[in-house]
Amino acid sequence: MFNEILTVWSSQPGISATIWLVLLVFVAYLARNPAHALIHSTGRAIYTACRLFATSLRHLETNLLKRNKEVVLALGQEACERSIEREFHRVNAVVTRDLGAYPALHRQISDTIDKIEEDYQAATDAPPLPPAWLEAVDSIASIPRTGDATVCTILDNIGETLEGAHQETQKAYRKSTLERHKLLGAMQPQWRNLGQSLTRVKDTIDGLEERSIEIDRQMKSYETIRNAEDTVTRTLSSSSLTQFFISTLVLIIAVFGGLINFQLIAMPMSEMVGGTSYIGPMRTSDIAALVIIMVEIAMGLFLMESLRITHLFPIIGSMDDTMRKRMVMITFSILAILATVEASLAYMRDLLALDREALTQSLAGTGVVAQAEFRWIPSLGQMIMGFILPFALAFVAIPLESFIHSLRTVLGMMALSLIHAIAFTARLIGGSARQLSVMLVSLYDLIIMLPLGIERLVASSIKRKQKPDTAEQSSSTYMEEQS
Amino acid sequence: MKKLILAMLLTLGLTACSEPRSNARAVYLLLDTSGTYTAEMDKAQKIINYLLATLDSGDSIAIARIDSGSFSEKDIIARVTFDDRPSTANQQKRAFKDQIDEFVEGTKRGSRHTDITGGMLQASEYLEETGAGEKYVLIFSDLEEDLKKGHIRDFPISLPDIHVVALNVTKLRSDNIDPRDYMERLGLWEKRVYQAGGTWDVINDLERMDRLIAQR
Repeated sequence: MFNEILTVWSSQPGISATIWLVLLVFVAYLARNPAHALIHSTGRAIYTACRLFATSLRHLETNLLKRNKEVVLALGQEACERSIEREFHRVNAVVTRDLGAYPALHRQISDTIDKIEEDYQAATDAPPLPPAWLEAVDSIASIPRTGDATVCTILDNIGETLEGAHQETQKAYRKSTLERHKLLGAMQPQWRNLGQSLTRVKDTIDGLEERSIEIDRQMKSYETIRNAEDTVTRTLSSSSLTQFFISTLVLIIAVFGGLINFQLIAMPMSEMVGGTSYIGPMRTSDIAALVIIMVEIAMGLFLMESLRITHLFPIIGSMDDTMRKRMVMITFSILAILATVEASLAYMRDLLALDREALTQSLAGTGVVAQAEFRWIPSLGQMIMGFILPFALAFVAIPLESFIHSLRTVLGMMALSLIHAIAFTARLIGGSARQLSVMLVSLYDLIIMLPLGIERLVASSIKRKQKPDTAEQSSSTYMEEQS
Repeated sequence: MKKLILAMLLTLGLTACSEPRSNARAVYLLLDTSGTYTAEMDKAQKIINYLLATLDSGDSIAIARIDSGSFSEKDIIARVTFDDRPSTANQQKRAFKDQIDEFVEGTKRGSRHTDITGGMLQASEYLEETGAGEKYVLIFSDLEEDLKKGHIRDFPISLPDIHVVALNVTKLRSDNIDPRDYMERLGLWEKRVYQAGGTWDVINDLERMDRLIAQR
């Protein structure tokens, strides 16, 4: 077909091809203006479409950026609220535990102070007064002895009486001082008790002060989040990314744990549900083993939710405490039952493996299998693993929650990057299309350069011819005017 | 959109309703008990033990002898379909092994004639009844058919989707003189099996029994 077209003008392909070329160039020359218009308009259309697409993507990017920021701030706000709530719970615990008994403590301190006051009053130092007549007796006793023996005797008796009274007063004073000392001695433990009570109160107050400092700090960060500052958004995004990677790592570990768990129970499960039935391409026993593992993970989720460690299901978190405690008990019981089932399945797996090994050896003709000495160790190990793994898997709820929360941020960031890249590509394509249209116009002219050159030559010669004529015409007109 | 959803639901429904393909395997082993082949029974025992170790719950196995007239249930030495539970399946395998050991010990004299075609017809019948997804006929013989006078076996047989494997095909004395006899014998059986709708394979080296049936 091609050869027929090529040799339509002449039997020699070269000549025929040249004729075709000349014809094509001529046709292209004739169609120059519409072709230029077509190329220009196509380039412009692609450019405009791409610009429009890029602009709409930019709008989408802005909206997504805003939405991402809102989400990140909401997550940060929620986390901050949770930690403030936790601080208040701690304060509440301190107040309930220590300051709840404050009225009793206050009464105890008041009683101690009253007692100390009473003791103090009782221990007041009151020196005994000498009898009122003692001064008169002292004056009489101090009268000089003039020699009368009777008078001297009387005066001596008076002096002795005076001395006796003084001695008695001294004795009474000593006794009362001793009693006072005893009272003061009894006051010592009460002082100590008072001191200890006050120390306790001080410790409590100090603890509350620390909590209040922490609350202040949390409140400050809460305020910055509420003010939606860019630095906070960046910090929270970075924190989300970190959370995402850590939770992903832990989830991968959990997946491996789940696989080990699956291997432990899949084979013995065929003893329970049969080893020949299939659901799709999978054995029913394998599906049953997977279901057990999934149920364990679900129970773990509910348990963590009921304990308010995770917050994936608001309906569980908002339950009243009695119902929540019941739920904890139920989920924990189911988990424990499943763990026991798994432990028994793991043991059965060991028995089956042993039986299979014995059969294989008997088929191979190696005789009866000798019982290994420490065969019970792997059996026990499998049972323990079967019991522990369900509880370990229950904790998957914690990284799962972090993963879900951080995934939204990460997906948002990825979507932003993707939209940005698409917008950039669209702009690039638009600009390239416009430049390409200019290049194509030049290329078009390059192909038809021969007729174009001829056209230019013809046009310039016509111009040259027209110019002298015009000059002659103008000079003759000038001459006519002058004349 | 509605049409698309309807079409998807219809496809899903039809897929769900269609009879699922069985995952079970069924093996029928034909043991040549004619002439000198009685001396090869220890090899046959090894093959049976390998099969017992390879087959799982839900699979079926039957061992039959090739004698003068093999198209008969009486020639089936032992057959079993393994239980769903692995522990019970293991017990069945032990019992099956004991049955085979007993048969091997009791086989002293070989039959006069060799009716391989009759054995294959019996095998095809048994395998069809099992409804297994993978069907195998293993022939432990030199493939030299020697029919009793009056027995008619020269008609096309049917072995749909059955994989036929010839095991331990020993060379006869005449094969050593002219090996083309051996090649012709194998070629003839291969042709018959392919015409019957089955597939054909030969395993002479019993160390390569892992090629025998698909492992899981």
